Amino acid sequence: MNLTLYVWRQKSSKDPGRLVQYEAKDISSDMSFLEMLDVVNEGLIVKGEEPIAFDSDCREGICGMCGQVVNGVPHGPRKKTTLCQLHMRHFKDNDTLYIEPFRAKAFPVIKDLIVDRGAFDKIIQSGGYISVHTGGVPDGNTLLIPKHDADIAMDAAECIGCGACVAACPNGSAMLFTAAKVSHLAMLPQGKIEAARRVCAMTEEMLAQGFGNCSNHYECEAVCPKGIKVKFIAKLNREFIKAQMTGS
Amino acid sequence: MLFPTSAVGKKIMMAITGQVLALFILFHIAGNSTIFFHALNAYVTALYKLPLFVWGGRLVLLLAFVFHIWYGTVLKLENHAAKPEPYAKTRYLQATFAGRNQIWTGVMVGVFLVYHLLQFTFQVTNPAVAADTHPDALGRPDIFTMVVQSFRQIGIAGVYVVSLAALGLHLLHGIQSSFQTWGMNNEQTLPVVEKTGNVVSVLLFVWYCAIPIAIIAGILK
Repeated sequence: MNLTLYVWRQKSSKDPGRLVQYEAKDISSDMSFLEMLDVVNEGLIVKGEEPIAFDSDCREGICGMCGQVVNGVPHGPRKKTTLCQLHMRHFKDNDTLYIEPFRAKAFPVIKDLIVDRGAFDKIIQSGGYISVHTGGVPDGNTLLIPKHDADIAMDAAECIGCGACVAACPNGSAMLFTAAKVSHLAMLPQGKIEAARRVCAMTEEMLAQGFGNCSNHYECEAVCPKGIKVKFIAKLNREFIKAQMTGS
Repeated sequence: MLFPTSAVGKKIMMAITGQVLALFILFHIAGNSTIFFHALNAYVTALYKLPLFVWGGRLVLLLAFVFHIWYGTVLKLENHAAKPEPYAKTRYLQATFAGRNQIWTGVMVGVFLVYHLLQFTFQVTNPAVAADTHPDALGRPDIFTMVVQSFRQIGIAGVYVVSLAALGLHLLHGIQSSFQTWGMNNEQTLPVVEKTGNVVSVLLFVWYCAIPIAIIAGILK
């Protein structure tokens, strides 16, 4: 298949950047989206041009490294699919694709399609962990967790921190990401101890990093490659209210 | 960080003030519906015999308005700053027209409210039918005639219908959004809250529009 691509090219964070047209020729429908870009890049290298810079790592949909906005949708048109797992068979011959980086003030573009998602690390550092005392390994089954709670915690823990929620949010908000982390830990006995402090610290850091506020548009849920639900944002709000009520 | 300046705190301030205003919207149309039974003057006269309720209510509403507008503006500015560059191609999957234009429908409702208060509360836009200076046969302020005479003018009725449409759109996003902000949602309740919010918003729009339309159509005279 042949495609027309409009790819965002930006030399550095200081460069204003622009969309550049490329032709992707003889693309196999079995290729992943990133493999298609690899082919385009090989052509550019042969021509002596700078290849398109983009992020990728595992290419198995589990690391959260890849992510571009394809025709206005982060990770492309297929639901619950990372860009590396999106195959070209989901596009049509002669399609025109606009490929842009994730856009938000908190995610500055480093080069072309690569953005700095370090702001997510800062949010995690502010409270997305549990403090444990080192010592002997606890005996199995000393800390029982109801199946229902474990299931919800695991659903939240599915977040791979790719940043698609921020890219899709009209407000550039990181609420779904923060909510997934807060909910995941608050559901489990080890995480409950610091839940109040965590939710306050992480939402505060979210603002400090320049993310917007949640307007309940739910665009984040629609594009999340791991299907994280906005019910976790409601849970974050509950956790926050609880923390304020108890004066923690 | 203090509650009213935190990310969630600001949203909760929006939700609580919005819900107070939405409750007033329900109360207001319930009371105004006495017009269909030609009992508007009696209702208003009875209402004004409860000055504590009227002035207490006005104070609560004023505070709710001030905080709703203040936090709405602060949130909009912060959100705008957080997304400085638009995409060359934008596609919304779940965000609604109402949700994306919440600030603008809010501005429309705010401007309309000023006109509405000048017209029916302060009665300065058309002194010829001002109820306070034109009592009915029983000596009560003739609100009924003031309302009917005003809405007979198609321009005024049109302004009301357009403004009520803005209010309806504002509620369409606002009602469901406020419950989510309170954290009163899970996977099962979210679609129910969304649908209920939509139905209530549409019903309120139709209910409110019924008054100017009934007057224009000559049903109420």
